[in-house]
Amino acid sequence: MKRQHPVLTALLVLLFVALAAAPFIFPGTKSVATASRVCIFIVLAASYDILLGYTGIVSFAHTMFFAFGAYGVAIPLAAGWVGWDAVLVGTLGSAALAAAVSAAIALLSLRVQRLFFSMITMAVASFAQILATQLREITGGEDGLTFSLPAALQPGFRLLAEPIFGVRADGRLVGYYLTFFVALAMFWLMRRLVASPFGRVLQAIRENEFRAEALGYRTIVYRTTASAIAAAVAAVAGVLMALLLRYVGPSSTLSFDVMTDILLMVVIGGMGSLTGPALGAAVVVLAHYYLQPLMQAGHDALAGVPVLPNLVHPDRWLLWLGTLFVLIVYFFPAGIVGSLKRR
Amino acid sequence: MQPVLETRDLTIRFGGQVAVDAVSLAFHKGTLTAIVGPNGAGKTTYFNLISGQLRASAGDVFLRGERITGLPAPLRARRGLGRAFQLTNLFPDLSVLENVRLAVQAQSGVGLQFFQPADRRTDLIDRARAWLEEVKLIHRQHDPVTALSHGDQRKLEVAMMLALEPEVFMFDEPTAGMSVDEVPVVLDLIEAIAQRGDKTVLLVEHKMDVVRRLAHRVVVLHQGKLVADGEPAEVVASAIVQEAYLGIRAKA
Repeated sequence: MKRQHPVLTALLVLLFVALAAAPFIFPGTKSVATASRVCIFIVLAASYDILLGYTGIVSFAHTMFFAFGAYGVAIPLAAGWVGWDAVLVGTLGSAALAAAVSAAIALLSLRVQRLFFSMITMAVASFAQILATQLREITGGEDGLTFSLPAALQPGFRLLAEPIFGVRADGRLVGYYLTFFVALAMFWLMRRLVASPFGRVLQAIRENEFRAEALGYRTIVYRTTASAIAAAVAAVAGVLMALLLRYVGPSSTLSFDVMTDILLMVVIGGMGSLTGPALGAAVVVLAHYYLQPLMQAGHDALAGVPVLPNLVHPDRWLLWLGTLFVLIVYFFPAGIVGSLKRR
Repeated sequence: MQPVLETRDLTIRFGGQVAVDAVSLAFHKGTLTAIVGPNGAGKTTYFNLISGQLRASAGDVFLRGERITGLPAPLRARRGLGRAFQLTNLFPDLSVLENVRLAVQAQSGVGLQFFQPADRRTDLIDRARAWLEEVKLIHRQHDPVTALSHGDQRKLEVAMMLALEPEVFMFDEPTAGMSVDEVPVVLDLIEAIAQRGDKTVLLVEHKMDVVRRLAHRVVVLHQGKLVADGEPAEVVASAIVQEAYLGIRAKA
Protein backbone atom coordinates (compact mmCIF):
# COMPACT_ATOMS: atom_id res chain seq x y z
CA MET A 1 0.00 0.00 0.00
CA LYS A 2 1.19 3.48 -0.85
CA ARG A 3 1.31 5.91 2.05
CA GLN A 4 0.33 9.49 1.55
CA HIS A 5 2.75 12.20 2.53
CA PRO A 6 1.49 13.85 5.76
CA VAL A 7 1.68 17.32 4.21
CA LEU A 8 -0.50 16.13 1.34
CA THR A 9 -3.02 14.62 3.75
CA ALA A 10 -3.06 17.89 5.70
CA LEU A 11 -3.63 19.92 2.52
CA LEU A 12 -6.49 17.65 1.47
CA VAL A 13 -8.16 17.80 4.88
CA LEU A 14 -7.77 21.58 4.84
CA LEU A 15 -9.32 21.80 1.38
CA PHE A 16 -12.19 19.53 2.38
CA VAL A 17 -12.97 21.43 5.59
CA ALA A 18 -12.69 24.80 3.85
CA LEU A 19 -15.12 23.71 1.13
CA ALA A 20 -17.52 21.89 3.47
CA ALA A 21 -17.89 24.96 5.67
CA ALA A 22 -17.20 27.65 3.07
CA PRO A 23 -20.46 29.63 3.46
CA PHE A 24 -19.86 29.84 7.21
CA ILE A 25 -16.09 30.48 7.25
CA PHE A 26 -16.10 32.87 4.29
CA PRO A 27 -19.56 34.43 4.19
CA GLY A 28 -20.38 36.62 1.23
CA THR A 29 -21.65 36.09 -2.28
CA LYS A 30 -18.27 36.35 -3.97
CA SER A 31 -16.41 33.94 -1.70
CA VAL A 32 -19.20 31.36 -1.85
CA ALA A 33 -19.23 31.63 -5.65
CA THR A 34 -15.46 31.09 -5.62
CA ALA A 35 -15.85 28.03 -3.41
CA SER A 36 -18.47 26.70 -5.87
CA ARG A 37 -16.00 27.20 -8.70
CA VAL A 38 -13.34 25.32 -6.77
CA CYS A 39 -15.77 22.40 -6.32
CA ILE A 40 -16.70 22.42 -10.01
CA PHE A 41 -13.13 22.62 -11.26
CA ILE A 42 -12.05 19.85 -8.88
CA VAL A 43 -14.52 17.59 -10.68
CA LEU A 44 -13.50 18.85 -14.10
CA ALA A 45 -9.74 18.63 -13.52
CA ALA A 46 -9.99 15.24 -11.83
CA SER A 47 -12.02 13.85 -14.73
CA TYR A 48 -9.36 15.16 -17.11
CA ASP A 49 -6.73 13.46 -14.98
CA ILE A 50 -8.41 10.11 -15.67
CA LEU A 51 -7.51 10.74 -19.30
CA LEU A 52 -4.16 12.46 -19.06
CA GLY A 53 -2.73 11.10 -15.82
CA TYR A 54 -4.12 7.58 -15.71
CA THR A 55 -4.45 6.64 -19.35
CA GLY A 56 -1.97 8.93 -21.11
CA ILE A 57 -4.61 10.30 -23.49
CA VAL A 58 -4.10 13.96 -24.48
CA SER A 59 -7.50 15.37 -25.38
CA PHE A 60 -8.41 18.99 -26.05
CA ALA A 61 -12.12 18.32 -26.25
CA HIS A 62 -12.74 18.15 -22.52
CA THR A 63 -14.29 21.62 -22.37
CA MET A 64 -16.71 20.52 -25.07
CA PHE A 65 -18.17 17.89 -22.74
CA PHE A 66 -18.24 20.47 -19.95
CA ALA A 67 -20.27 22.67 -22.33
CA PHE A 68 -22.58 19.75 -23.15
CA GLY A 69 -23.62 19.66 -19.51
CA ALA A 70 -23.94 23.42 -19.21
CA TYR A 71 -26.08 23.77 -22.34
CA GLY A 72 -27.88 20.54 -21.45
CA VAL A 73 -29.57 22.19 -18.47
CA ALA A 74 -29.53 25.75 -19.87
CA ILE A 75 -31.56 24.92 -22.95
CA PRO A 76 -34.63 23.46 -21.17
CA LEU A 77 -34.45 26.05 -18.37
CA ALA A 78 -34.18 28.95 -20.83
CA ALA A 79 -37.05 27.51 -22.85
CA GLY A 80 -39.25 27.94 -19.81
CA TRP A 81 -39.25 24.40 -18.47
CA VAL A 82 -38.11 25.45 -15.00
CA GLY A 83 -38.03 22.58 -12.55
CA TRP A 84 -35.91 19.86 -11.02
CA ASP A 85 -37.16 17.44 -13.64
CA ALA A 86 -35.66 19.69 -16.33
CA VAL A 87 -32.33 19.77 -14.47
CA LEU A 88 -32.34 16.01 -14.04
CA VAL A 89 -33.26 15.32 -17.66
CA GLY A 90 -30.66 17.84 -18.85
CA THR A 91 -27.98 16.28 -16.66
CA LEU A 92 -28.63 12.67 -17.60
CA GLY A 93 -29.17 13.49 -21.26
CA SER A 94 -26.03 15.57 -21.63
CA ALA A 95 -23.91 13.08 -19.67
CA ALA A 96 -25.12 10.26 -21.92
CA LEU A 97 -24.52 12.34 -25.04
CA ALA A 98 -21.05 13.34 -23.83
CA ALA A 99 -20.17 9.70 -23.16
CA ALA A 100 -21.44 8.64 -26.58
CA VAL A 101 -19.65 11.40 -28.51
CA SER A 102 -16.45 10.82 -26.55
CA ALA A 103 -16.61 7.09 -27.20
CA ALA A 104 -17.18 7.72 -30.90
CA ILE A 105 -14.17 10.04 -31.15
CA ALA A 106 -12.08 7.54 -29.22
CA LEU A 107 -13.13 4.58 -31.35
CA LEU A 108 -12.46 6.45 -34.55
CA SER A 109 -9.15 7.98 -33.62
CA LEU A 110 -7.51 6.21 -30.67
CA ARG A 111 -6.23 3.50 -32.96
CA VAL A 112 -4.00 5.99 -34.67
CA GLN A 113 -1.02 7.85 -33.26
CA ARG A 114 -1.54 9.82 -30.09
CA LEU A 115 -0.63 13.14 -31.67
CA PHE A 116 -3.25 12.60 -34.34
CA PHE A 117 -5.84 11.86 -31.68
CA SER A 118 -5.03 15.17 -29.94
CA MET A 119 -5.41 17.03 -33.21
CA ILE A 120 -8.79 15.43 -33.85
CA THR A 121 -10.07 16.37 -30.40
CA MET A 122 -8.93 19.94 -31.02
CA ALA A 123 -10.78 20.03 -34.34
CA VAL A 124 -13.96 18.61 -32.81
CA ALA A 125 -13.79 21.13 -29.96
CA SER A 126 -13.45 24.03 -32.43
CA PHE A 127 -16.35 22.63 -34.38
CA ALA A 128 -18.48 22.55 -31.23
CA GLN A 129 -17.54 26.13 -30.47
CA ILE A 130 -18.58 27.26 -33.95
CA LEU A 131 -21.78 25.29 -33.64
CA ALA A 132 -22.60 26.94 -30.30
CA THR A 133 -22.13 30.42 -31.75
CA GLN A 134 -23.99 29.71 -34.99
CA LEU A 135 -27.07 27.84 -33.76
CA ARG A 136 -28.55 31.02 -32.28
CA GLU A 137 -32.09 29.72 -31.89
CA ILE A 138 -30.98 26.92 -29.62
CA THR A 139 -27.83 28.17 -27.91
CA GLY A 140 -28.28 31.91 -27.96
CA GLY A 141 -25.17 32.34 -30.10
CA GLU A 142 -22.37 34.54 -28.74
CA ASP A 143 -24.74 36.04 -26.17
CA GLY A 144 -25.43 32.67 -24.65
CA LEU A 145 -28.49 31.82 -22.55
CA THR A 146 -29.72 33.31 -19.31
CA PHE A 147 -32.38 31.45 -17.41
CA SER A 148 -34.24 31.10 -14.14
CA LEU A 149 -33.44 28.38 -11.68
CA PRO A 150 -35.86 26.11 -9.84
CA ALA A 151 -37.36 27.98 -6.89
CA ALA A 152 -35.20 26.26 -4.25
CA LEU A 153 -32.05 27.70 -5.85
CA GLN A 154 -33.24 31.29 -6.15
CA PRO A 155 -31.74 33.87 -3.75
CA GLY A 156 -35.20 34.76 -2.46
CA PHE A 157 -35.89 31.21 -1.31
CA ARG A 158 -35.83 30.53 2.42
CA LEU A 159 -35.07 27.00 3.52
CA LEU A 160 -35.37 27.98 7.19
CA ALA A 161 -36.80 31.14 8.63
CA GLU A 162 -33.94 31.57 11.10
CA PRO A 163 -30.31 32.05 9.99
CA ILE A 164 -27.89 29.19 10.76
CA PHE A 165 -24.79 30.48 12.57
CA GLY A 166 -25.57 33.92 11.24
CA VAL A 167 -25.88 32.78 7.62
CA ARG A 168 -29.21 33.02 5.84
CA ALA A 169 -30.46 29.63 4.68
CA ASP A 170 -31.39 30.92 1.23
CA GLY A 171 -31.33 29.50 -2.27
CA ARG A 172 -27.66 30.38 -2.67
CA LEU A 173 -26.77 28.22 0.33
CA VAL A 174 -28.87 25.37 -1.05
CA GLY A 175 -27.15 25.83 -4.41
CA TYR A 176 -23.71 25.77 -2.83
CA TYR A 177 -24.36 22.58 -0.92
CA LEU A 178 -25.90 20.97 -3.98
CA THR A 179 -22.65 21.77 -5.83
CA PHE A 180 -20.51 20.62 -2.92
CA PHE A 181 -22.22 17.27 -2.44
CA VAL A 182 -22.48 16.47 -6.15
CA ALA A 183 -18.79 17.33 -6.53
CA LEU A 184 -17.93 15.21 -3.50
CA ALA A 185 -19.92 12.27 -4.88
CA MET A 186 -18.26 12.60 -8.29
CA PHE A 187 -14.81 12.78 -6.74
CA TRP A 188 -15.49 9.74 -4.58
CA LEU A 189 -16.76 7.80 -7.61
CA MET A 190 -13.62 8.72 -9.54
CA ARG A 191 -11.44 7.60 -6.63
CA ARG A 192 -13.25 4.26 -6.67
CA LEU A 193 -12.81 4.05 -10.42
CA VAL A 194 -9.05 4.54 -10.45
CA ALA A 195 -8.58 2.06 -7.60
CA SER A 196 -10.73 -0.58 -9.32
CA PRO A 197 -9.40 -3.36 -11.53
CA PHE A 198 -10.37 -1.16 -14.47
CA GLY A 199 -8.31 1.75 -13.13
CA ARG A 200 -5.31 -0.51 -12.65
CA VAL A 201 -5.49 -1.53 -16.29
CA LEU A 202 -5.55 2.14 -17.29
CA GLN A 203 -2.31 2.65 -15.40
CA ALA A 204 -0.85 -0.42 -17.06
CA ILE A 205 -1.77 1.01 -20.46
CA ARG A 206 -0.11 4.30 -19.60
CA GLU A 207 3.03 2.46 -18.50
CA ASN A 208 3.33 0.05 -21.39
CA GLU A 209 0.49 -0.29 -23.85
CA PHE A 210 2.22 -3.02 -25.83
CA ARG A 211 2.61 -5.20 -22.73
CA ALA A 212 -0.97 -4.63 -21.63
CA GLU A 213 -2.09 -5.95 -25.01
CA ALA A 214 0.18 -8.96 -24.69
CA LEU A 215 -1.47 -9.77 -21.34
CA GLY A 216 -4.83 -9.88 -23.09
CA TYR A 217 -6.22 -6.42 -22.32
CA ARG A 218 -7.88 -4.84 -25.35
CA THR A 219 -6.51 -1.37 -24.82
CA ILE A 220 -8.90 0.26 -27.29
CA VAL A 221 -11.84 -0.89 -25.14
CA TYR A 222 -10.26 0.46 -21.96
CA ARG A 223 -9.21 3.77 -23.44
CA THR A 224 -12.62 4.29 -25.06
CA THR A 225 -14.44 3.50 -21.81
CA ALA A 226 -12.14 5.81 -19.86
CA SER A 227 -12.76 8.72 -22.21
CA ALA A 228 -16.53 8.10 -22.14
CA ILE A 229 -16.57 8.14 -18.33
CA ALA A 230 -14.38 11.26 -18.15
CA ALA A 231 -16.67 13.02 -20.63
CA ALA A 232 -19.81 12.15 -18.66
CA VAL A 233 -18.25 13.48 -15.45
CA ALA A 234 -17.19 16.67 -17.25
CA ALA A 235 -20.81 17.11 -18.36
CA VAL A 236 -21.96 16.90 -14.73
CA ALA A 237 -19.42 19.60 -13.84
CA GLY A 238 -20.89 21.68 -16.67
CA VAL A 239 -24.38 21.33 -15.17
CA LEU A 240 -23.10 22.65 -11.85
CA MET A 241 -21.43 25.57 -13.61
CA ALA A 242 -24.63 26.50 -15.42
CA LEU A 243 -26.60 26.39 -12.15
CA LEU A 244 -23.99 28.58 -10.46
CA LEU A 245 -23.84 31.24 -13.17
CA ARG A 246 -27.50 31.12 -14.23
CA TYR A 247 -25.94 31.82 -17.61
CA VAL A 248 -24.22 29.75 -20.30
CA GLY A 249 -22.19 31.14 -23.17
CA PRO A 250 -19.44 29.95 -25.46
CA SER A 251 -16.71 31.90 -23.65
CA SER A 252 -17.54 30.60 -20.17
CA THR A 253 -17.69 26.93 -21.13
CA LEU A 254 -16.22 26.27 -24.56
CA SER A 255 -13.28 28.61 -24.92
CA PHE A 256 -9.71 27.43 -25.07
CA ASP A 257 -9.05 29.46 -21.90
CA VAL A 258 -11.08 26.93 -19.94
CA MET A 259 -9.06 24.10 -21.50
CA THR A 260 -5.82 25.88 -20.57
CA ASP A 261 -7.05 26.23 -16.99
CA ILE A 262 -7.83 22.53 -16.78
CA LEU A 263 -4.38 21.64 -18.09
CA LEU A 264 -2.77 24.01 -15.58
CA MET A 265 -4.73 22.51 -12.71
CA VAL A 266 -3.73 18.98 -13.61
CA VAL A 267 -0.08 19.86 -14.23
CA ILE A 268 0.33 22.09 -11.17
CA GLY A 269 -1.38 19.59 -8.90
CA GLY A 270 0.39 16.56 -10.34
CA MET A 271 -0.94 14.08 -12.85
CA GLY A 272 -2.17 10.62 -12.06
CA SER A 273 -3.36 11.08 -8.50
CA LEU A 274 -6.80 12.80 -8.63
CA THR A 275 -5.90 14.55 -5.39
CA GLY A 276 -3.24 16.52 -7.26
CA PRO A 277 -5.66 18.05 -9.78
CA ALA A 278 -8.05 18.76 -6.89
CA LEU A 279 -5.39 20.84 -5.17
CA GLY A 280 -4.40 22.34 -8.52
CA ALA A 281 -8.00 23.39 -9.13
CA ALA A 282 -8.08 25.19 -5.79
CA VAL A 283 -4.78 26.97 -6.50
CA VAL A 284 -5.73 28.10 -10.01
CA VAL A 285 -9.25 29.25 -9.11
CA LEU A 286 -7.99 31.17 -6.08
CA ALA A 287 -5.22 32.75 -8.14
CA HIS A 288 -7.78 33.88 -10.70
CA TYR A 289 -9.96 35.48 -8.06
CA TYR A 290 -7.59 36.83 -5.46
CA LEU A 291 -4.37 37.73 -7.23
CA GLN A 292 -5.84 41.00 -8.52
CA PRO A 293 -7.11 42.27 -5.12
CA LEU A 294 -3.84 41.13 -3.54
CA MET A 295 -1.91 43.17 -6.08
CA GLN A 296 -4.16 46.15 -5.49
CA ALA A 297 -3.26 45.95 -1.81
CA GLY A 298 0.41 45.74 -2.71
CA HIS A 299 0.04 48.66 -5.08
CA ASP A 300 -1.55 50.82 -2.39
CA ALA A 301 1.02 49.81 0.21
CA LEU A 302 3.88 50.75 -2.06
CA ALA A 303 2.48 54.15 -3.01
CA GLY A 304 5.27 56.70 -3.18
CA VAL A 305 8.03 54.18 -3.89
CA PRO A 306 9.37 54.61 -7.44
CA VAL A 307 8.74 51.88 -10.13
CA LEU A 308 7.53 49.16 -7.70
CA PRO A 309 3.87 50.24 -7.51
CA ASN A 310 3.61 50.06 -11.29
CA LEU A 311 5.13 46.60 -11.26
CA VAL A 312 2.37 45.29 -9.01
CA HIS A 313 -0.40 47.35 -10.56
CA PRO A 314 -3.57 45.19 -10.67
CA ASP A 315 -3.67 45.56 -14.46
CA ARG A 316 -0.51 43.42 -14.62
CA TRP A 317 -2.12 40.50 -12.85
CA LEU A 318 -2.09 38.21 -15.91
CA LEU A 319 1.63 38.80 -16.29
CA TRP A 320 2.24 37.68 -12.72
CA LEU A 321 -0.15 34.77 -12.98
CA GLY A 322 1.73 33.58 -16.06
CA THR A 323 5.09 34.03 -14.34
CA LEU A 324 3.84 32.12 -11.31
CA PHE A 325 2.70 29.20 -13.45
CA VAL A 326 5.94 29.06 -15.41
CA LEU A 327 7.92 29.00 -12.16
CA ILE A 328 5.73 26.30 -10.64
CA VAL A 329 6.01 24.08 -13.69
CA TYR A 330 9.77 24.72 -13.87
CA PHE A 331 10.55 23.99 -10.23
CA PHE A 332 7.89 21.33 -9.56
CA PRO A 333 7.56 19.46 -12.84
CA ALA A 334 5.75 16.60 -11.10
CA GLY A 335 3.25 18.98 -9.52
CA ILE A 336 2.35 19.39 -5.87
CA VAL A 337 1.64 15.72 -5.32
CA GLY A 338 4.69 14.52 -7.24
CA SER A 339 6.99 16.83 -5.29
CA LEU A 340 5.63 15.56 -1.98
CA LYS A 341 6.08 11.95 -3.02
CA ARG A 342 9.81 12.24 -3.53
CA ARG A 343 10.47 13.12 0.08
CA MET B 1 -3.75 -35.98 -32.92
CA GLN B 2 -4.60 -32.36 -33.71
CA PRO B 3 -1.69 -30.02 -32.99
CA VAL B 4 -2.27 -27.33 -30.36
CA LEU B 5 -0.50 -24.75 -32.47
CA GLU B 6 0.23 -24.79 -36.15
CA THR B 7 1.66 -22.35 -38.68
CA ARG B 8 1.17 -22.87 -42.40
CA ASP B 9 3.41 -21.06 -44.86
CA LEU B 10 3.71 -18.23 -42.35
CA THR B 11 5.47 -15.32 -44.04
CA ILE B 12 6.24 -11.69 -43.32
CA ARG B 13 8.02 -9.21 -45.52
CA PHE B 14 9.45 -5.87 -44.47
CA GLY B 15 9.87 -4.05 -47.75
CA GLY B 16 11.94 -6.36 -49.90
CA GLN B 17 13.25 -8.34 -46.93
CA VAL B 18 11.52 -11.63 -46.16
CA ALA B 19 12.01 -11.99 -42.41
CA VAL B 20 9.99 -15.19 -42.03
CA ASP B 21 9.66 -17.24 -45.18
CA ALA B 22 6.83 -19.77 -45.52
CA VAL B 23 7.40 -21.54 -42.19
CA SER B 24 5.08 -24.51 -41.67
CA LEU B 25 5.32 -26.19 -38.28
CA ALA B 26 2.97 -28.02 -35.92
CA PHE B 27 3.39 -28.14 -32.15
CA HIS B 28 1.75 -30.81 -30.01
CA LYS B 29 0.57 -30.95 -26.45
CA GLY B 30 3.16 -31.99 -23.91
CA THR B 31 6.15 -31.10 -26.07
CA LEU B 32 8.93 -28.59 -25.69
CA THR B 33 10.31 -27.35 -28.98
CA ALA B 34 13.47 -25.30 -29.10
CA ILE B 35 13.77 -22.82 -31.96
CA VAL B 36 17.39 -22.07 -32.74
CA GLY B 37 19.25 -20.13 -35.38
CA PRO B 38 21.73 -17.30 -35.70
CA ASN B 39 20.90 -13.69 -34.88
CA GLY B 40 18.53 -12.27 -37.43
CA ALA B 41 17.22 -15.69 -38.43
CA GLY B 42 13.64 -14.56 -37.74
CA LYS B 43 13.01 -16.42 -34.48
CA THR B 44 11.55 -13.50 -32.53
CA THR B 45 9.67 -12.32 -35.62
CA TYR B 46 8.18 -15.82 -35.92
CA PHE B 47 7.05 -15.52 -32.27
CA ASN B 48 5.55 -12.10 -32.94
CA LEU B 49 3.57 -13.53 -35.84
CA ILE B 50 2.20 -16.29 -33.64
CA SER B 51 1.29 -14.10 -30.66
CA GLY B 52 -0.08 -11.30 -32.83
CA GLN B 53 2.35 -8.43 -32.31
CA LEU B 54 2.94 -8.58 -36.07
CA ARG B 55 0.50 -9.39 -38.85
CA ALA B 56 1.51 -12.01 -41.39
CA SER B 57 1.99 -11.01 -45.04
CA ALA B 58 0.92 -14.50 -46.03
CA GLY B 59 0.13 -17.85 -44.45
CA ASP B 60 -1.90 -18.75 -41.38
CA VAL B 61 -1.71 -19.50 -37.67
CA PHE B 62 -4.01 -22.08 -36.11
CA LEU B 63 -4.68 -22.56 -32.41
CA ARG B 64 -6.44 -25.83 -31.57
CA GLY B 65 -7.45 -26.06 -35.22
CA GLU B 66 -8.97 -22.58 -35.24
CA ARG B 67 -7.57 -19.97 -37.58
CA ILE B 68 -6.35 -16.98 -35.56
CA THR B 69 -4.31 -15.21 -38.25
CA GLY B 70 -6.47 -12.07 -38.19
CA LEU B 71 -6.92 -11.76 -34.42
CA PRO B 72 -5.21 -8.92 -32.52
CA ALA B 73 -2.70 -9.79 -29.79
CA PRO B 74 -5.00 -9.39 -26.76
CA LEU B 75 -7.52 -11.87 -28.12
CA ARG B 76 -4.79 -14.39 -28.88
CA ALA B 77 -3.48 -14.00 -25.34
CA ARG B 78 -6.96 -14.70 -23.99
CA ARG B 79 -7.21 -17.84 -26.06
CA GLY B 80 -4.14 -19.26 -24.40
CA LEU B 81 -1.04 -17.96 -26.13
CA GLY B 82 1.36 -16.85 -23.41
CA ARG B 83 4.33 -14.79 -24.36
CA ALA B 84 7.46 -13.75 -22.48
CA PHE B 85 9.58 -11.18 -24.21
CA GLN B 86 13.24 -11.23 -25.10
CA LEU B 87 13.81 -7.59 -24.30
CA THR B 88 12.34 -7.07 -20.89
CA ASN B 89 8.89 -5.63 -21.34
CA LEU B 90 7.23 -4.73 -18.06
CA PHE B 91 5.31 -1.93 -16.34
CA PRO B 92 8.36 -0.07 -15.06
CA ASP B 93 6.85 2.31 -12.50
CA LEU B 94 4.47 -0.20 -10.95
CA SER B 95 5.47 -2.59 -8.18
CA VAL B 96 6.62 -6.12 -8.84
CA LEU B 97 3.46 -7.47 -7.24
CA GLU B 98 1.24 -5.17 -9.32
CA ASN B 99 2.89 -6.40 -12.53
CA VAL B 100 1.97 -9.99 -11.72
CA ARG B 101 -1.41 -8.98 -10.29
CA LEU B 102 -2.27 -7.38 -13.63
CA ALA B 103 -1.49 -10.66 -15.35
CA VAL B 104 -3.62 -12.61 -12.86
CA GLN B 105 -6.41 -10.07 -13.34
CA ALA B 106 -6.18 -10.48 -17.13
CA GLN B 107 -6.39 -14.25 -16.70
CA SER B 108 -9.46 -13.91 -14.46
CA GLY B 109 -11.16 -11.52 -16.88
CA VAL B 110 -12.14 -8.96 -14.23
CA GLY B 111 -10.57 -5.96 -15.96
CA LEU B 112 -13.87 -4.25 -16.68
CA GLN B 113 -14.94 -3.93 -13.06
CA PHE B 114 -15.29 -0.29 -12.19
CA PHE B 115 -16.31 0.01 -8.59
CA GLN B 116 -14.81 -2.56 -6.26
CA PRO B 117 -11.27 -1.57 -5.19
CA ALA B 118 -8.68 -3.84 -6.74
CA ASP B 119 -6.95 -4.17 -3.37
CA ARG B 120 -10.00 -5.91 -1.97
CA ARG B 121 -9.69 -8.73 -4.50
CA THR B 122 -7.30 -10.54 -2.17
CA ASP B 123 -7.83 -13.73 -4.15
CA LEU B 124 -6.05 -12.14 -7.11
CA ILE B 125 -3.30 -10.74 -4.90
CA ASP B 126 -2.73 -14.11 -3.24
CA ARG B 127 -2.41 -15.79 -6.61
CA ALA B 128 0.03 -13.13 -7.76
CA ARG B 129 2.10 -13.73 -4.62
CA ALA B 130 2.09 -17.46 -5.28
CA TRP B 131 3.55 -16.89 -8.74
CA LEU B 132 6.20 -14.60 -7.30
CA GLU B 133 7.14 -17.35 -4.85
CA GLU B 134 7.39 -19.73 -7.76
CA VAL B 135 10.08 -17.59 -9.41
CA LYS B 136 11.67 -16.71 -6.04
CA LEU B 137 10.90 -13.01 -6.25
CA ILE B 138 8.46 -12.73 -3.35
CA HIS B 139 10.96 -10.79 -1.24
CA ARG B 140 10.92 -8.00 -3.85
CA GLN B 141 7.13 -7.78 -4.21
CA HIS B 142 6.80 -4.16 -3.06
CA ASP B 143 9.76 -2.79 -5.01
CA PRO B 144 9.25 -0.93 -8.25
CA VAL B 145 10.33 -2.87 -11.31
CA THR B 146 13.06 -0.33 -12.05
CA ALA B 147 14.81 -1.34 -8.81
CA LEU B 148 15.22 -4.96 -9.95
CA SER B 149 18.37 -6.40 -11.46
CA HIS B 150 18.22 -7.52 -15.07
CA GLY B 151 18.01 -11.17 -14.02
CA ASP B 152 15.17 -10.47 -11.61
CA GLN B 153 13.28 -8.58 -14.31
CA ARG B 154 13.57 -11.67 -16.52
CA LYS B 155 12.15 -13.79 -13.70
CA LEU B 156 9.28 -11.35 -13.32
CA GLU B 157 8.64 -11.61 -17.04
CA VAL B 158 8.38 -15.40 -16.63
CA ALA B 159 6.10 -15.04 -13.57
CA MET B 160 3.72 -12.87 -15.59
CA MET B 161 3.44 -15.49 -18.29
CA LEU B 162 2.90 -18.23 -15.72
CA ALA B 163 0.15 -16.11 -14.18
CA LEU B 164 -1.69 -16.05 -17.51
CA GLU B 165 -1.89 -19.86 -17.24
CA PRO B 166 -1.71 -20.26 -21.01
CA GLU B 167 -1.95 -23.37 -23.17
CA VAL B 168 1.12 -22.41 -25.15
CA PHE B 169 4.17 -20.94 -23.43
CA MET B 170 6.49 -18.92 -25.65
CA PHE B 171 9.83 -18.17 -24.04
CA ASP B 172 12.14 -15.86 -25.95
CA GLU B 173 15.67 -16.40 -24.60
CA PRO B 174 14.49 -16.54 -21.00
CA THR B 175 17.97 -16.79 -19.52
CA ALA B 176 19.71 -14.14 -21.60
CA GLY B 177 21.77 -11.82 -19.44
CA MET B 178 21.12 -13.81 -16.25
CA SER B 179 23.86 -14.58 -13.77
CA VAL B 180 24.96 -18.22 -13.45
CA ASP B 181 23.14 -18.86 -10.18
CA GLU B 182 19.86 -17.36 -11.47
CA VAL B 183 19.65 -19.52 -14.58
CA PRO B 184 18.64 -22.80 -12.87
CA VAL B 185 15.54 -21.21 -11.24
CA VAL B 186 14.12 -20.35 -14.64
CA LEU B 187 15.23 -23.55 -16.35
CA ASP B 188 13.67 -25.69 -13.60
CA LEU B 189 10.40 -23.81 -14.07
CA ILE B 190 10.39 -24.37 -17.81
CA GLU B 191 11.24 -28.03 -17.31
CA ALA B 192 8.41 -28.40 -14.80
CA ILE B 193 5.91 -26.93 -17.26
CA ALA B 194 7.11 -29.26 -20.02
CA GLN B 195 6.88 -32.28 -17.74
CA ARG B 196 3.25 -31.58 -16.82
CA GLY B 197 2.37 -33.03 -20.21
CA ASP B 198 -0.69 -30.88 -20.89
CA LYS B 199 1.07 -27.73 -22.06
CA THR B 200 2.95 -26.77 -25.19
CA VAL B 201 6.26 -24.97 -24.83
CA LEU B 202 8.18 -23.04 -27.48
CA LEU B 203 11.62 -21.86 -26.53
CA VAL B 204 13.95 -19.60 -28.46
CA GLU B 205 17.40 -20.27 -27.07
CA HIS B 206 21.00 -19.74 -28.03
CA LYS B 207 22.67 -21.87 -25.38
CA MET B 208 23.11 -25.39 -26.75
CA ASP B 209 23.46 -26.97 -23.32
CA VAL B 210 20.04 -25.58 -22.37
CA VAL B 211 18.56 -26.88 -25.62
CA ARG B 212 20.01 -30.34 -25.06
CA ARG B 213 18.73 -30.47 -21.51
CA LEU B 214 15.15 -29.27 -22.11
CA ALA B 215 14.04 -29.80 -25.69
CA HIS B 216 12.15 -32.77 -27.09
CA ARG B 217 12.53 -31.35 -30.55
CA VAL B 218 14.70 -28.73 -32.21
CA VAL B 219 13.83 -26.64 -35.25
CA VAL B 220 16.35 -24.41 -36.98
CA LEU B 221 15.55 -21.15 -38.69
CA HIS B 222 18.07 -19.56 -41.00
CA GLN B 223 17.42 -16.38 -42.94
CA GLY B 224 13.73 -16.74 -42.24
CA LYS B 225 13.52 -20.29 -43.59
CA LEU B 226 12.99 -23.56 -41.76
CA VAL B 227 16.17 -25.52 -42.44
CA ALA B 228 16.10 -28.38 -39.94
CA ASP B 229 13.59 -30.13 -37.68
CA GLY B 230 14.12 -33.20 -35.52
CA GLU B 231 15.51 -34.82 -32.37
CA PRO B 232 17.88 -32.56 -30.46
CA ALA B 233 20.89 -34.83 -30.79
CA GLU B 234 20.67 -35.24 -34.54
CA VAL B 235 19.80 -31.62 -35.31
CA VAL B 236 22.55 -30.21 -33.14
CA ALA B 237 25.05 -32.53 -34.82
CA SER B 238 23.90 -31.63 -38.34
CA ALA B 239 26.12 -29.64 -40.63
CA ILE B 240 23.70 -26.76 -41.08
CA VAL B 241 23.46 -26.10 -37.35
CA GLN B 242 27.20 -26.35 -36.92
CA GLU B 243 27.57 -23.77 -39.63
CA ALA B 244 24.86 -21.49 -38.27
CA TYR B 245 26.23 -21.70 -34.76
CA LEU B 246 29.79 -21.09 -35.77
CA GLY B 247 28.38 -17.80 -37.05
CA ILE B 248 26.80 -17.11 -33.68
CA ARG B 249 29.86 -17.99 -31.67
CA ALA B 250 31.88 -15.58 -33.78
CA LYS B 251 29.40 -12.78 -33.04
CA ALA B 252 28.99 -13.55 -29.36
